Amino acid sequence: MVHGELWTVKELFVTPNEYIYWSVQIVMYPFMTGLVAGAFVLSSLYHVFGIKALKDIARFALVFSFALLFAAPVPIILHLQHPLRGVNVMMTPHFTSAIAAFGIVFSAYGAIVASELWFLYRKHFVDVALPLKEKQDKTPGEWFKFIIFCTLTLGVYDISEESLHRDEKAIKVLAGLGIPVACFLHGYAGFIFGSVKANALWMTPLMPVIFIMSAVVSGIALCMLTYILTMEIRKYLACRKQSPTYSPECREEIKSVEINVIKMTSRYLLFFLTFAISLELLDLIFRGYTAVKSWDVLRSVIYGKDFTDIFILQYGLGNLIPFILFLTPGITIKRAVIGVLLVLFGVFMMRWNVVIGGQAFSLTFAGYMHYHLPIIPHNMETLKEGLFGALGVFIMPFVLFYFMVKIFPVFGLKESH
Amino acid sequence: MISRRDFLKSAAKVVAGASIPLAAIEILAPARVHALKTDSSIRWAFLVDTYKCVGCGFCVKACKNENEIPYDANVTRTWVERYVLTKDGKLYADSPKGARDGFTGTKIDLGMGHYQDIKKEDIKKAFFVPKLCNQCDNPPCVQVCPVGATYQAPDGVVMVDRKWCIGCGYCIMACPYGVRFFHPKYHTAEKCNFCYHRITKGLKTACVQACPFGARQIGNIKDPNDPVAKAITTERVGILKSEYGTKPQVFYIGLDEEVR
Amino acid sequence: MKNHIFRPLWVVIGLVVLILIIRPFYVPKDFGIHERGYMYGWYRKSNIEDWKKVSVKYQGKEYCGSCHPDKVESIDRTPHAVIQCENCHGPALEHPSDPPKLAIDRTREQCLRCHAKLVYPSSGRANIRGIDPDKHNPGVECVMCHNPHNPILEGLK
Repeated sequence: MVHGELWTVKELFVTPNEYIYWSVQIVMYPFMTGLVAGAFVLSSLYHVFGIKALKDIARFALVFSFALLFAAPVPIILHLQHPLRGVNVMMTPHFTSAIAAFGIVFSAYGAIVASELWFLYRKHFVDVALPLKEKQDKTPGEWFKFIIFCTLTLGVYDISEESLHRDEKAIKVLAGLGIPVACFLHGYAGFIFGSVKANALWMTPLMPVIFIMSAVVSGIALCMLTYILTMEIRKYLACRKQSPTYSPECREEIKSVEINVIKMTSRYLLFFLTFAISLELLDLIFRGYTAVKSWDVLRSVIYGKDFTDIFILQYGLGNLIPFILFLTPGITIKRAVIGVLLVLFGVFMMRWNVVIGGQAFSLTFAGYMHYHLPIIPHNMETLKEGLFGALGVFIMPFVLFYFMVKIFPVFGLKESH
Repeated sequence: MISRRDFLKSAAKVVAGASIPLAAIEILAPARVHALKTDSSIRWAFLVDTYKCVGCGFCVKACKNENEIPYDANVTRTWVERYVLTKDGKLYADSPKGARDGFTGTKIDLGMGHYQDIKKEDIKKAFFVPKLCNQCDNPPCVQVCPVGATYQAPDGVVMVDRKWCIGCGYCIMACPYGVRFFHPKYHTAEKCNFCYHRITKGLKTACVQACPFGARQIGNIKDPNDPVAKAITTERVGILKSEYGTKPQVFYIGLDEEVR
Repeated sequence: MKNHIFRPLWVVIGLVVLILIIRPFYVPKDFGIHERGYMYGWYRKSNIEDWKKVSVKYQGKEYCGSCHPDKVESIDRTPHAVIQCENCHGPALEHPSDPPKLAIDRTREQCLRCHAKLVYPSSGRANIRGIDPDKHNPGVECVMCHNPHNPILEGLK
């Protein structure tokens, strides 16, 4: 069967080779890179601009961004018809293609995040490695740990005040350098779509900017969500009677810190959300006002076939309701969770409406294609490019984060900066 | 002092980052690039006379067999579209199975299992338009290939390297004419290449040969004695979707504004 | 004192060097910028030869005529002279060595490609004699009465 035929239903005049070739994994790809970029920008707000209120979430956001970084290329790998040849992008890059930059921008960004993490956790690596080095007759587990942490120190054991001070400076520079690179990483994901002149819905110079803004929105939302989750777990642990650290005061303290951070972060969330919505509406108004050849079919898609997806799910449920939730005074944790979940959903729907919506009409402007997401996988294709593939990609960073925290402890580490 | 070091560090990083692409592509001296662009004496071009097309679909059948595109797969390198304009100003158009089996009835395929029968009294005008790759002078599909797996040969034909294509589908998205698809067997991007194995041996393309009515013709536009080149340069011909700036090299006689 | 600040940079440079070392082994020698420049001519040169090697399946009427001159000559006297032999008889590539391989298409659908009447003004189809497939002996193969090699109605079987 032809790739894409399984989930495409054609209506009216569609040319024979047209299918929805870019399916749910291409929705996941900008969604995941968006989360990476957003999480990084959030952590940089503290490291570069010294926004103290974000101190608690900054370190966490950076580690999470690193976990997301590994998940971001997975949708692309799953989407490629020849995943093993993916390395060709690094070997013979064709830079007139927006995708060619992926390997390089992505690696460069990865290097920046990894370096920043190294500076941030260097002291911790040394703290772990040194006692193990001293220790005689190590168990195999300890040997393993020792080798890992020894490698992670990159042979530097100097943790004098002076050198730690240098680390701090390096972090600041890297975080500053990372912001434009993160924006570039995601802006160019928008460019991949915005530069396709054959697609009437995608082709707009606003696309990269819209993508960056919604990326920041989704990144902040995800960080807030994960932050709340971890804090809730800590609260749960703190109030367990059996726990040695049990103290009701501790619990209250955590709660007040938590709500404070959420309040601060949600302000940034709303700021970027407003910006994103303004740009999207500007794009929509402009298309309607100029009404070029493609407008007839676009209008029928936007206001007709995709009305629920765009105006109810994306703008209504994903944007308007979170606005109300966050702006109503006296925010609670529960409300914040619902708010950020809806924001994440809204950003996902925005990606969906761009990627799938852009393929909802034919190149003839006289026909439509309907996408049916494969839910029950019955072959490799429907597993990779179906509901389960997409869910797998979404869960992956959380699993990675769980393991990364063992190397980069996010909480309970003595602040060195 | 440290901030200067940091600056140097980031500067070095930028240089290192930039050196990847620089090293990855072989930088050529401008003179050498110019020398490489020496004009080939062949530039293949195609001429379609829509007045002559009867929608028999022999071209599609021949193309699929000749180019080993699985016969029953719903993709094709070339296809024929039917346009029926009715007196009440409506456009009905279809291309069932790419017209592999021709057009054998008056019912228009509306997709999703619906058909519309149009009475001959209601028809204002109706005609067939064969489609194939336009072998553009500025092929957007080649521009967007991230790995150099699709390219324009010196004689203007755009081809796909099945051994190098990663199957990202960006070229399929970038083609304004919808001529590209994934090959059901090789899982790489696939497209019409003017039957490159035939035209380079002095033969006509399979579709040109199979057409009983001479609706399809291929020729070398750089050869002043070529009849097809003469027709293209002296007659009034049209191209598809000129607004994309792709400079298509498939020319049409008898195009209509309704042709997509 | 050696400055540790540059350690991550060395790692990055090391990785870049590693990629650059692997590249010449991985990328074919003839991959590079060719006639149409980097934008349109960045490819593996030998792929052009790969495409030229595809086998030619449809040989053309002259080729058929070299063994079957009588058939070609007789059909050339009829309106069906414009139709390639292989349109109905199938591609001739392996035919001389393996004659049964030719799959002759005698179906009603084959004839209907042209002879289902479609009154389409400004299209060549309008000028072809045609029938309404639903009314003209539905379900019967055309070759029962008509001889495709001599299609004129006077020559009905």
